[in-house]
Amino acid sequence: MMRLPSYRYRAPKTVQDAAAWLAESPGDTMLLAGGTDLIPNMKRRQQVPSTVVGLRGITELSRTDDRDGLEIGAGVTLTSLVHDERVHARYLGLWQAVGQIATPLLRNMGTIGGNICLDTRCTYYDQSFEWRQAINFCMKKDGDTCWVATSSDKCLAVSSTDAAPALIALGATVRLVSATGTREVALTDLYANDGMHYLTRRSDEILTTVTLPKADGWRTTYWKLRRRGSFDFPVAAVAAAARFDGDRIVEARIVLGAVASRPLEVPAAAARLAGQPLTDDLIASVADDAYTLAKPMDNTDFELVWRKKTVRSLVTSALRELRGDDMRAARTKLARHPLLVIS
Amino acid sequence: MKLRLNLSVNGEPAEALVDPDKTLLEVLREDLQLTGTKHGCELGECGACAVLLDDQPVLSCLVVSHECEGRSVVTVEGLTVDGRLHPLQECFADLGASQCGYCTPGILIAAKALLDRDPNPSRDLIREALSGNLCRCTGYQQILDAVQASIVRLGEGGEQKK
Ligand SMILES: Cc1cc2nc3c(=O)[nH]c(=O)nc-3n(C[C@H](O)[C@H](O)[C@H](O)COP(=O)(O)OP(=O)(O)OC[C@H]3O[C@@H](n4cnc5c(N)ncnc54)[C@H](O)[C@@H]3O)c2cc1C
Ligand code: SF4
Ligand code: FES
Ligand code: FES
Repeated sequence: MMRLPSYRYRAPKTVQDAAAWLAESPGDTMLLAGGTDLIPNMKRRQQVPSTVVGLRGITELSRTDDRDGLEIGAGVTLTSLVHDERVHARYLGLWQAVGQIATPLLRNMGTIGGNICLDTRCTYYDQSFEWRQAINFCMKKDGDTCWVATSSDKCLAVSSTDAAPALIALGATVRLVSATGTREVALTDLYANDGMHYLTRRSDEILTTVTLPKADGWRTTYWKLRRRGSFDFPVAAVAAAARFDGDRIVEARIVLGAVASRPLEVPAAAARLAGQPLTDDLIASVADDAYTLAKPMDNTDFELVWRKKTVRSLVTSALRELRGDDMRAARTKLARHPLLVIS
Repeated sequence: MKLRLNLSVNGEPAEALVDPDKTLLEVLREDLQLTGTKHGCELGECGACAVLLDDQPVLSCLVVSHECEGRSVVTVEGLTVDGRLHPLQECFADLGASQCGYCTPGILIAAKALLDRDPNPSRDLIREALSGNLCRCTGYQQILDAVQASIVRLGEGGEQKK
């Protein structure tokens, strides 16, 4: 039996109250949204907050708002996003990413805010307390050494959020609220390439909203590698977005998932797409660039060298799909089952 | 200090004085003696503990007791009405969709949630709806068959009286 450790629970009704609770003792207080990341981590003693602030009673966090683009409250569940026709019609890459997160039962619980703030993952870390104790723990929690690279002075745990690469490719911003103020940052700036300090969010801040700019002419797509067609976190992924003028790309973004401690933008590779028609040769060469820039570590499922190579195939598939190729068969083969529109 | 919880379980009001650090799964099994809901991985990785919480299928091993106050829970025990099995349960029994049975309560809950939402889902939709439930015995085909068969039985008026 894996019991939760003891903790104090708070249930604020407003963001202000939540921020006030958080400000009392930010170092050992954690926010609980759907709990699908935090609760397993608490059971395994990877995260042991003395106070947990439950966000589910804050109704303003579960709203979506159609203004210039789309404002999504941090507490909106992944299932609501999959069922949101606006997401499917305008932000297909986000819909594809969210529809492939975990399982339907977990998507009923998990929120977009929790997905953005998802803890980084590692084979030496996502284990029970006893397992980790047996290896004398590791740098990320209770130990000193990084078992993935023993000479590393930095934790190399993997960013494993599916939604974040897609959101960054779409140019999302996030709002962070604390007892002392509010700030808006580009989602890409919320992340740092450090497995322990992977968020630039201050510990007294609550992520309240994700804002997507208007979809105007942008096409997006998301490709994910995982062992099974369900349950598993990404072990390599790519989100790509492009704005076209006829068959030429005006502007493009490529963001790799699960190959670093943060969603990894590859702007130099994406920039090469601008002004060009998307030929097979250009796709191959940009996919090669992305492959070179991806630096996955040996701390997830699958053999490392092969996993790195899949980045090339994933980028190729993504760019071909943006070009308009019919990629349904390839997608179904990779995902194991078709992504369905469920109403 | 214990936590006093008031909730609706399988349509009946229930009250329990529980250890506040418990999950809904632990409250159901240990405080309310409803052991139909199974204890699998305890980490969200198997689906054995699925229940309906306010009509939505969720994993009870990841729901903290504090967040259950005033909510409605349906467990596998709640599928039976007046001693009569739900058509899903009959079809699971008839078609060998349950072998060791450990996964069955969670799968019945996920399937019921699907049929409540969509009375005539395609096989792909059934597969998708059950893709968060592991079964180590059947190989899944019998499970998909049984859910499909129950659609027919429900359509023939096999619906339980409420
Ligand atoms: C078996 C399994 C498979 C999974 N597979 C995937 C997968 O394939 N892809 C994937 O991306 N994820 C996966 N997940 C992880 C998780 O289910 C999702 O990432 C989910 O979206 C997390 O959201 P949550 O609301 O449950 O987060 P929680 O667990 O509630 O929170 C996660 C983290 O975010 C913080 N947080 C939550 N809300 C806020 C907020 N508003 N402001 C600031 N911080 C906040 C919490 O303190 C915590 O650190 C999986 C989980 C499990 C158990
Ligand atoms: S990358 Fe190293 S320090 Fe980080 S979780 Fe893995 S073993 Fe621990
Ligand atoms: S016991 Fe809850 S998902 Fe396995
Ligand atoms: S019948 Fe044994 S696990 Fe499904």
